[in-house]
Amino acid sequence: MSLLNQARFLLDITRTREIVRRYFVVNGFDGALTMLGLIIGFLVSAPADLSVIINVCLAAAIALGMSGLSSAYISESAERKHALGKLERAMISDLQGSAHGDATRWVPLLIALVNGLAPLVISLFILLPIWLALAGVVLPVPPLHAAIFVALLLIFLLGVFLGRISGVTWLRSGIQTLLVAVMTAALIYLFTGN
Amino acid sequence: MVNVKRIVLDVLKPHQPNALEFSQAIAEAGVDYRINLIVLEMDENTETVQIELEGKAIDFEAIQSAITDMGGSLHSIDEVEVQNETDAG
Repeated sequence: MSLLNQARFLLDITRTREIVRRYFVVNGFDGALTMLGLIIGFLVSAPADLSVIINVCLAAAIALGMSGLSSAYISESAERKHALGKLERAMISDLQGSAHGDATRWVPLLIALVNGLAPLVISLFILLPIWLALAGVVLPVPPLHAAIFVALLLIFLLGVFLGRISGVTWLRSGIQTLLVAVMTAALIYLFTGN
Repeated sequence: MVNVKRIVLDVLKPHQPNALEFSQAIAEAGVDYRINLIVLEMDENTETVQIELEGKAIDFEAIQSAITDMGGSLHSIDEVEVQNETDAG
């Protein structure tokens, strides 16, 4: 069995596929909104050096990633151990050497990786225009505006992804998440923009 | 050589992997294995299944290992069919 099929199998027997999907969207959304907030914060503040902006945003992205990784691992590890204990009592046997034992060890790690990498990777995509500008690439729009555009696009795509899962029209679902981002931006401007 | 041709097992298994995945995992233990799985009883966390397995030469150790790997527990061997295929000449 390939590594991917093995991962799928372990997620299936623990019925955690939905949890992985939920964590991906929830924490990915967290990452995108945090980056959007930080970049708008820089836009409404006194002009800062692009390297400073990158450092601040990257630090926040790493912190989000580590937070997602550790919190999901700790909570899912406890959940899986509890589920295995319950199953062992029902089976009246030790399941450590079975697929269920493997799942108890590997599924928390898989979920933690998704939970940690989702905000980190999404944040890195949002920061890409700033990096490019810093590397000397000429962008058609200012780098912070380009980063905001990428953030809004990714938030829209997360909505589209949710729409496909729930069976709601992708456009409606995408616009719904986009509205949340626009509201966030409006609130930031309201409270910080002088 | 005496070969096991058919075997009927009584197995207690968790709901997951499901009957299909469970049968497939057992069938993978041999190239010509044919499995017939019947769910006899079901409760909150487990199910009792009857597995009928046919093949030219069933490797019981491999079958038992596949069942254990899937989290199952072999309760009893209910039927066995063996054949002596030693060349008389």
